[in-house]
Amino acid sequence: MQEALLEVKQLKKHFPIQGGVLKQQVGTVKAVDGVTFTLHKGETFGLVGESGCGKSTTGRMLMRLLEPSEGEVLFDGKEMTTLNKKDLRHLRKDIQMVFQDPFASLNPRHTVEKIIEEPLIVHQLGNKAERKKRVRELLEIVGLSAYHAKRYPHQFSGGQRQRIGIARALAVNPKLIIADEPVSALDVSIQAQVLNLLEDLQKELGLTYLFIAHDLGVVRHISDRVGVMYLGRIVEMADSEKLYLDSKHPYTQALLSAVPVPDPDYGKDRIILTGDVPSPSNPPSGCPFHTRCPKAMDVCSSVVPEFREIEPGHHTACHLYEEDLV
Amino acid sequence: MEQPVLKVSGLETHFFTDDGEIPAVDSVDFYVNKGEVLGIVGESGSGKSVTSLSIMQLIQAPGKVVGGEITYKGENLIAKSEKEMRKIRGNEIGMIFQEPMTSLNPVFRIGNQLIEGIRIHKKWNKKKAWEHAVSILKLVGLPRAEELMNEYPHQLSGGMRQRVMIAMAMACEPEVLIADEPTTALDVTIQAQILELMKKLNKETNTSIIMITHDLGVVAEICDRIAVMYSGKIVEQGKTQDIFQHPKHPYTIGLIESVPDVRVRKDRLYSIPGNVPKPGSIHKGCHFAPRCSFAFDKCYEENPMLLEAGPAQQARCWLHEDAEKAAVLERVKS
Repeated sequence: MQEALLEVKQLKKHFPIQGGVLKQQVGTVKAVDGVTFTLHKGETFGLVGESGCGKSTTGRMLMRLLEPSEGEVLFDGKEMTTLNKKDLRHLRKDIQMVFQDPFASLNPRHTVEKIIEEPLIVHQLGNKAERKKRVRELLEIVGLSAYHAKRYPHQFSGGQRQRIGIARALAVNPKLIIADEPVSALDVSIQAQVLNLLEDLQKELGLTYLFIAHDLGVVRHISDRVGVMYLGRIVEMADSEKLYLDSKHPYTQALLSAVPVPDPDYGKDRIILTGDVPSPSNPPSGCPFHTRCPKAMDVCSSVVPEFREIEPGHHTACHLYEEDLV
Repeated sequence: MEQPVLKVSGLETHFFTDDGEIPAVDSVDFYVNKGEVLGIVGESGSGKSVTSLSIMQLIQAPGKVVGGEITYKGENLIAKSEKEMRKIRGNEIGMIFQEPMTSLNPVFRIGNQLIEGIRIHKKWNKKKAWEHAVSILKLVGLPRAEELMNEYPHQLSGGMRQRVMIAMAMACEPEVLIADEPTTALDVTIQAQILELMKKLNKETNTSIIMITHDLGVVAEICDRIAVMYSGKIVEQGKTQDIFQHPKHPYTIGLIESVPDVRVRKDRLYSIPGNVPKPGSIHKGCHFAPRCSFAFDKCYEENPMLLEAGPAQQARCWLHEDAEKAAVLERVKS
């Protein structure tokens, strides 16, 4: 049995909507509404979904950049959601984040050296000379050169900046890296370089990744297991291969069939979903997907399907797979 | 022999910046036939958007079209005055932009924005233009078309806005539709809807489409022919099937191989080393040579022209001077 590094249980984030002159709460946006998953040591867990499904909010809550409204997050068996600031800072040494926008996530006024050194200063690791040495080491690890240390972010291309972001995340030897759309701002040829780098680093350093992305091809490539999110919930979760070859939830099936494949001869029966994703401030009753689901039944509009294991290691939340109903 | 609707030959668009003259589009040739979908693929900075803006004569200072011809229905668009161009833009050649959020005016109702172009080009009265606009909204698959006419852009979702943009571009029944990354800002399930719609419009109205995108999947899905751009030049062109099955330019091969496929998991992604050159960086020889694993001496000396690389397929690569050398590419592919 694999060892769990991070356990997330019934995590929720509800944002209040304020309105009127008195700023009273007039509603809630249920950005994340009960997400449960476990990350094992050394694996890559991919979280996919369309915009607004809550995948980034989930990632930010795990770092406690956002305070969860409800739920538990256990990191190495330690409850994270109740930690005070000091202990939290300590813990963040083990969890680092790589952000989407390589242009906005690096301070333009700092040299690369200062950017990568900062986490080392925050966590009081090493003296000045050691830190400098470590920065140069890190630059080499991510495929840049030591002489890049004195330059500023604007002197780098998008792919190189993302490498700097990765070097910064690696600086404090984290156990877990949360990567939020790390390659979506990059060109295809550069995207492949960064994905390969992430894979190499995982092998060498034994890292665990939570990989958040909307690109299903990228997620398949890098992930060992995948969770598919829709309107704040995970609707299906399985081993990567299993999920892509034998998806169970109608949303996953539609999502996979919607991806354009770079092969003009590839014939396929495309499931085209009608309509848009409903607003998370006013989600549909019952199964949140029933308004767009091609296989919706009567029960779907009234009863929320339970997220359950239908085959070993394969979880889904869909009434189609509840024997007593079918 | 089919007569192309739009033909671009030797197009040169340069930007006159403080750092000197930058050739963003460098002697680009292509054509699109009646009812055909042509894809222009390239990464950021390859010049694909500048090409589309050049066709519409929408290049703004410091950019300028400095050479070449754009022939539409036997007339050169570059020689046209601004007044004449206005009659063509939106009427004969329609355009869809990437950002459906920013290309609609937030303070005008959808209806007003839609009929503006129709009234100008068709010289119809308001009532007739309104009715036509409603029918176009229905054509692009928008529900409650009449109500939508009185709504503002912010009341619509991204996918609906892009449908409105397509409706606007299609309203005057253009001969050619230029779509610049029309689905890039959309989610996959919405993207699938929009691509399906564009295919349908192409079939039903026989409108030619120039599809500009960075996404090879989108191109494979919808295009009949493809032109691949790199660093301001077309490096390969041919039929979609030929290009995906037998790419003849090392860059195209690298591009196709580096896309993670949703159907099969590759052990390791192929990646093209190095970075996309900045437009305007000075090169001698082939622009792709520094990143190319097949480059030989000549590549660093002389810039290749488009060479025949197969039936109806050309590649800008010196390997195709010699059939024996070109065989290397086939081996890599398999």
